[in-house]
Formats: sequence, structure tokens, C-alpha cells
Amino acid sequence: MIDNNPILQVQNLTTAFDTEAGRIRAIDDVSFDLKKEQVLGIVGESGCGKSVTALSIMRLLPKPVGVIESGRILFKGEDIVGLEADKMHEIRGKRISMIFQEPMTSLNPVHRIGKQLTEVFHLHFSQMADAEIRQESIEILRKVGIPEPEQRMEEYPHGISGGMRQRVMIALALACKPEILIADEPTTALDVTIQAQILDLMKKLQRETGMAIIFITHDMGVIAETCQDVVVMYAGKVAESAATIELFKNPRHPYTQGLLASIPKLETPRKTKLNIIEGIVPSLYELPTGCRFRTRCPHVMDICALESPPLIEVAESHFASCYLYWKND
Amino acid sequence: MTDNLLEVKKLKMYFPIHGGILRRRVGWVYAVDGVSLKVRTGETLGLVGESGCGKTTVGRTIARLYKPVGGNVIFDGNDLARLSHRALREVRRDLQIIFQDPFESLNARHTVRDILQEPFQIHNIGIPKNREEEVVQLLSRVGMDDDALIRFPHEFSGGQRQRIGIARAIALKPKMIICDEPVSALDVSIQSQILNLLLELQSEMNLTYLFIAHDLAVVKHISDRIAVMYLGKIVEYAQADSLYDHPAHPYTHALISAIPVPDPQIKKNRQILVGDVPSPIHPPSGCVFHTRCPYVEDTCKVKVPELMPVPGTTDSDHLQACLRAGDISFD
Repeated sequence: MIDNNPILQVQNLTTAFDTEAGRIRAIDDVSFDLKKEQVLGIVGESGCGKSVTALSIMRLLPKPVGVIESGRILFKGEDIVGLEADKMHEIRGKRISMIFQEPMTSLNPVHRIGKQLTEVFHLHFSQMADAEIRQESIEILRKVGIPEPEQRMEEYPHGISGGMRQRVMIALALACKPEILIADEPTTALDVTIQAQILDLMKKLQRETGMAIIFITHDMGVIAETCQDVVVMYAGKVAESAATIELFKNPRHPYTQGLLASIPKLETPRKTKLNIIEGIVPSLYELPTGCRFRTRCPHVMDICALESPPLIEVAESHFASCYLYWKND
Repeated sequence: MTDNLLEVKKLKMYFPIHGGILRRRVGWVYAVDGVSLKVRTGETLGLVGESGCGKTTVGRTIARLYKPVGGNVIFDGNDLARLSHRALREVRRDLQIIFQDPFESLNARHTVRDILQEPFQIHNIGIPKNREEEVVQLLSRVGMDDDALIRFPHEFSGGQRQRIGIARAIALKPKMIICDEPVSALDVSIQSQILNLLLELQSEMNLTYLFIAHDLAVVKHISDRIAVMYLGKIVEYAQADSLYDHPAHPYTHALISAIPVPDPQIKKNRQILVGDVPSPIHPPSGCVFHTRCPYVEDTCKVKVPELMPVPGTTDSDHLQACLRAGDISFD
């Protein structure tokens, strides 16, 4: 049963990067809520801002180029945007954890898995005894399905397969029993049979621990299989948000509609023309005025060029940022 | 009966591993180990499998980017495995290849004009003053404007670069194109644009494709027939629809059931394989899939299965390599 009090509220979040060509907003006015025990998907194509959203929440934006320009991130009611570094240390990795796409780049290649895992406990639970920490570490490796965990503690990351590395990453993230796990494309680099193993594991761990998960992916199939609710992002903005079943049944934003229609499915008749979304995602340096999707939208109207459309509630708990649903009264 | 434009027989490609101070050969990577395939004229054969299964090596060995250790590659009547480099150059007019990331296959220091004129220069086709026109036509055929001519590959998005790669591949009107993961690096909305383009070009130019990919939904969409690879071997070969509707090999079945379906209301009975793909340096004895197969028996560990018609049928269009194919069913 989902507790309706949000554990995390992202409100009007705008994150910008200073680049040689000027300041760009990677995400612009993004808002969503994450409830306790909820698995929320964020889906979108490259450059839509889904990873920047995650890094903003974790306060892991590259310094000094990445800055949160405005907006609030409320973790259990407390705004963590302005939190001092040492206070954030208390939260990051312990109460909000994150796993990344390529575990090889997030694991330290020169340290044994055991050392990297015990380090987490040393950092966050300094009062624990070494023997106890080692025992806990082995236990968590076992829990994420790593065979012979005692031996694996002595291995280096390059000595194990990609699927096993992602399991180690999950073990690291879950070591402190976080309340929120942010998973940024955790299965994208994996083969489909290994992806099935990892998704299965994440679902099982979520049920056991009751943690809330933000699942970031570009794969609508992964969303459909893992998330209760979903936020669709396009060019730094939220295009649509709804319960997963509702979104797939009644996609309302033309981008979501186009995206779902363009995926070849197993039952699509072979060698037929696929639906496409014309054109390409606009560069963040040259965003169109008004709605960012209007240059590719089949339903574009005059109003779309004027101002960015607000999120409009098109059905219960179903929001779309599109003037098609704008009622002028 | 359609003719086979390409017939691969018992293709073997091993890569040596060197080690020690003297860099002596200490072993082999058995990347492709006895692969046989037929691709009919004007059709698409999809080749699927997970990373490390050898599918890319099959494509590259067919194009003779590698010289095979054994086997034959009969393309349009010639055995490419035996041809000299001079003779190969002629054949390559008819056999082109598209890569996953065109950024690596397009010379970063050449303009699009140079890149697309190069095939004509190499093969000495046409006269230089007409080439510009040919190149403009190629660009428009793949959906690009001629203002791309003076630009460099890095100025384009991934999808546009893939269009340039395709333009180069079709420049000399080849008979066959080997497509090696051509849409894997692209976003979904761009992926469908490129797939549509490949389908259009196929019917316009009567192209034959070998389409290599790991995404089964994509492969099924574009292919007439599909071969499934695992650890250097073909484990199943069938007409695309029957492969999905009636997989005969346990690996094919697991692979299909692992695809996340973009429909939250479909609850699948998923077969999750345990463990990882073994190393092609030390492939398992007997059936290479036996270490992960849920239906393994003792014989599987010793006897090497051959690609054979599905038991109970004589359909040479549906072949599989499982010793237990007759007595297992997937429900």
C-alpha cells in the first residue's frame, strides 16, 4: 500500500550549465512527487534532462559549471537544494542512493570489491566493528544474488562480468538501507537476458525493503515492466506524467504518442513502415520559442509558438504539457 | 525458389591470444565456430545474439575485414574467403557494410562531399564533374539537404551521421549491405526513421541485407528470416514470424521472453536465465548453452548438437540445434 505522503518533492527545478557557448538550461521548471514505496519512471531520449534531474537531486552536478538556478527539492519536507556539504553527506549514499549505467566507471578499478563495500559502512556507520562490517558486506552481496560472496570480496571489478558488477553497484547502494534509490539507466549496458535478471532483482529488493525508486531509462519496455508511475521528459521539460497503465493506454502528449507508436513491437507486422516523429530533438542552445516539441509536432497550432504550455490535468492524476488540452475560460 | 546471394559454409574465425614475455600464442578466442547461413536475394537475414556471441565477427568476416580461419563465403558465385585483395576490391562494390557508430567509420577530417565522392574515385566510376551531382542525389535519397556537403561528420547528430553512412554504402548500387547494429546507438524516435529508410532502399534497389543486432523487436521488424547466435554458433534459424511464435531452442525462448514489452498490461511468464555467457576462450563442452540451459541433461555436456530441422517436421526453413528439441516444450 502506497503511503500518499511524498517522500521527495521536486518543485520547479531548473538546472543550468555554463558552457563555452553560454549558459544552457538542461532542465527547466521540472516538478514531480515521489511517494513512499513508489517506483517512479523518468523516460526520455538523450539530452532530455533525465540524468541531470537525478544528479540535481543527489547534488552531484559537475562543479562549477552545473548549478541549480531555481526550484526546490524537498526530502521529507526539508529543502536540500541549499544544504551544506556535510549535511548532504549524511543523506547522499545513506538515505538517498544512486546507481549508474556503467558500473565499471563508478567502481574503483584499483580496489577490491570487499574494500569498496566495507568503505560504505565505515563512512556511514563509524561505530560498527570491522568483523561486523565484513559480515554485513558478505550478507548484502548474497542478497543481490552474487554466488560465493566471500571469494567475490577479494576480486577486482574487472575480474567479474558486467551483470555481476551491476549487482555489486546495487549492493553498494543498498548497504545503508536507503529510503530512496535513484537508478540511472541501470540495465542499458547489459544484455537482454542479464537485464531480465537485474530487473527481477530490483523488483524483489524493492518489495523487501519498501524503498522508493526513481527509475531513469529511455526504454518504454522497462518502464512498463517496472514502474507504477511515469514522467515523460522532452528537451528539459516534463511533457507528460501519469500512472504507467494510464499513460500507455491513453497517451495524451503528441510526443508520448509518437514515441509509443514508433517502437517496433513483436506484434507489429514485419517490414511495414513504422510511425516516426519527424525531425530531431532541438539543441538546448537553439530551443524553439513556446512549446519545445512544436517543431516536430503533427498537431502544432499558432499558440504553441507563443509560450511554453503549462502542465494541464487531462484526467485524474494525468498531466500533459500541451495546448490541445487548454480550456480558455 | 529464390537464389541465395550469399551462402556461408562452416565459417570459422578464431583470434589468437598472445601472452608471456615472448608474446607467444597462448590460446584462441573462438569468436565464430562453424557458422553456416544462407541469405536469399532481396531478403533480409537478421542475426541476433548477445554481446560476445560473435555476430559482429560473422559480419566482418563475410566482408573479409578478417580473413577466416576456415569455411567458405560464397557471395554472388565467388568464394570471398579465398579471393586476393585485388579481386576483393571488385567484389566490395557489391558488398557494403554499415556500422553501429558512423562517427568511427566516417573520416572526421573529410567533408561529407569528400566522404561520398570517395567510393566513385576508388572505383574510378563516372567523370569527376558529374560526381557532385551524384553526391547531391545520394544525400537527398537519404533525406538530407545539400548544405551538408561542406560540413564535417561531427556537425551532425547520430541519426544524420547514420544517414551519411547509408548514403556512402549505397553510392555504388551494391547488391548487399551488411548492417552491423545500425540503430543501436540511436534514440527511439530516430531509430524508426532509419529503419524506414532501410526498408525503402531495400525495395527500391532490390537490396539484400544481413542485419546484425541485439534488439529482437527491431530485428523481427526488418527481417524475413532470423538466425540466433550463441557463443560462436547458430542455435536456431527460422522464418521471422515462426521464430517468435514457435521458438524451438531454449535459448531463443529465453531471449524472447526477456524482452521488456512496452505494455504494462501484459504479464509475461518469464524465463530468466541464470548466470552469464561463458567466455569464448574456453567454450563449454558439448552444447555451448548447457551451462545456462534450464533443460540440461547429461548428454548435453558431451554431445555437440548439429543444426537440424525441428523434430517432427522436414521444414528446412526452420532449423535448430538442441539435443532435446523433441521432448521439451515451453509453457
